[in-house]
Amino acid sequence: MTAALLQYLISGVTIGAIYALVGLGFSIIYNASKVINFAQGEFVMIGGMAAVFLVADGLPMVAALPLAVLLAVLVGIGLERVAIAPARGASVVTLIIITIGASILLRGTAQLVWDRNFHTLPGIGGGMPIEVLGATILPQAVLVICATMAIVAALFWFFKATRTGQAMLATSYDPTAALLVGIDTRRVLTLAFALAGGLGAIAGILITPIGMTYAGVGVMLGLKGFSAAMVGGLGSPMGAIAGGLVVGIAEALTAGYLSSAYKDAVAFVIILLVLVTRPSGLFGRRDGISL
Amino acid sequence: MLLTVSGLASHYGRIQALYQADFAVGAGELVALVGANGAGKTTLMRTLSGVMPASAGTIQFDGAEITRTTPARRVRLGISQVPEGRKLFGPMTVEENLRLGAHTRPAAELRETLAEQYELFPALAERRHQPAGTLSGGQQQMVAIARALMARPRLLLLDEPSMGLAPNLVDETFETIRRLCAAGTTIFLVEQNAFKALAIADRAYVLETGRTVLDGTGSELLAHERVKQAYLGL
Repeated sequence: MTAALLQYLISGVTIGAIYALVGLGFSIIYNASKVINFAQGEFVMIGGMAAVFLVADGLPMVAALPLAVLLAVLVGIGLERVAIAPARGASVVTLIIITIGASILLRGTAQLVWDRNFHTLPGIGGGMPIEVLGATILPQAVLVICATMAIVAALFWFFKATRTGQAMLATSYDPTAALLVGIDTRRVLTLAFALAGGLGAIAGILITPIGMTYAGVGVMLGLKGFSAAMVGGLGSPMGAIAGGLVVGIAEALTAGYLSSAYKDAVAFVIILLVLVTRPSGLFGRRDGISL
Repeated sequence: MLLTVSGLASHYGRIQALYQADFAVGAGELVALVGANGAGKTTLMRTLSGVMPASAGTIQFDGAEITRTTPARRVRLGISQVPEGRKLFGPMTVEENLRLGAHTRPAAELRETLAEQYELFPALAERRHQPAGTLSGGQQQMVAIARALMARPRLLLLDEPSMGLAPNLVDETFETIRRLCAAGTTIFLVEQNAFKALAIADRAYVLETGRTVLDGTGSELLAHERVKQAYLGL
C-alpha cells in the first residue's frame, strides 16, 4: 500500500521535475516580454530528437548532448530574432499566435529533417531499477531529479548574483526603467529565448530514456509545462517548480489509483481549478496575467 | 553647450505631444523647464532619453548628434534620467537598484560609486537590503536619484522630482538637487512646481502646449508677468 504510494510519488516527482523545467522556460520568456511562448514544447522535442539522431550518427554522448542543447538554444534565438523581434510593438496576443505558428513549423520541420518514429536514448545505469522501501526507482529518474535541482540552483544564482541576470529581472519589473539605466532590453529578450530553449532541450534529453521522444512530443509536454507555470503563477520561477511538482504528482496518483486514461486530463483540471479559485497562481504576483 | 535641443517634436502614435522644443544646457548649469500638466514635459524627457523616438528636430550632446541613438547608448555617453514617478525595481533591494544604475559602468568602480551614494543619502545605507518598493515616497525618490547617479552621468535629467512628495520632502529634494549641481553635476530639471524649480535654477524655460515659449534666468522668469499669472498663481 505505502510502497505503491511511494512508487507513484517517485514517478510523479520525476515527471514533475521535467514539467518544472519546461514551466521555467515559459516563465522566463513571459517575464521578459509578457509573451506565452507556445513553441516551448518544441524546444523539448528538439533537445530529445537532436540527441537521438546525433548519437545515431555515431557521436559520443558527451558531444551529442551539448550539441543538442546548443541547437535548441540557437532555434530559440532564431525564433526571437526572426519572428518575435520584427513584430515588436504588436499586441501580446499577436506575438502568442506567432509562437503557435512557430511551434507548428518546428514540428513539421522535425518530421522532415528527422522522421515520424518514436525513439529512445540509453539511460544511465543501464536501466536497472534501484529498490527503495519496496518501491523502485530508475537511475535515470534519479538523474532527472538531481539535474533539475542543479539547474534550478544555477538559475537562482544567475538571477540573483550576475549582472545579466539582474538586468533580466529588472526588465521584467519595469522595462522602461530598465532602458533608462542603459539595459539593452532587446538583448534581454533574445537571451530569454536562448535560456528557455536550453532549459527545454535539457528537459527533452533527460526524459527521452524514460518516456521516449518523437516529433510531436512537445505538444503535450509543452502544455503540461504551461500548466505548471500557470498553477505556480506565470512569471514566478518558484511557482513554476512548485507547479511542475503539483501537476506531475497529481498525474501519477491519478494514473495509479484511477486509470492512466485520465492522466493527461489532470493537468487541465488543475489549471481550471487554479484559474477559478486563484487566478494569479499559487505564487503569482497580484498584477499577474490577465487573459 | 553640453546639450542642445532644436526644433524637437514627438508623437504618441498619431497624437503629437511635443511640437517645437528649443533649449540648451551648459556644462555645470542647473537648467529648469517648467510647464503645466499636459504641456509635454514628460514626452520631452522620454524623447531626450530615447525611450520615445523624435519625429523632428535634433538633440546634440557634447557636440555629437544623438537624435537617433538607443537609450542604452545615451546612458553610456553620460545622460542619466530620474523618471517621473521614480520607476524603481520595486521587488528588488535598494542596493540591487543602485547596482543596476551602474549597468553601463565597469564592475571595478562599483564599490566606490555605491559608497558615494550612501554618503550622499545615509538613510539608504540603513535600508540597503530592503525591497525598494517598501520605502517611503521620499526615500524612493532618493533611490531613484542615487540609481541615476550610479551611472556617473555628465548630465542628470530629473522628471518631476517633487511629484507625490510631502512639502518638507519637496524642499529636501530641491536642496539635494542644488547640492548635486554645486558638486559639479550638470542638471536639467522638468517641473510642474514652477516656483521651487525657478528658485534654484540658473536658467529656465517655459513649455506651453509642446513649445518652449519663454526663457531667461530663474529669477527673471520668477518676476515675469506671464509666468506669475500662469504658473505661480500671483
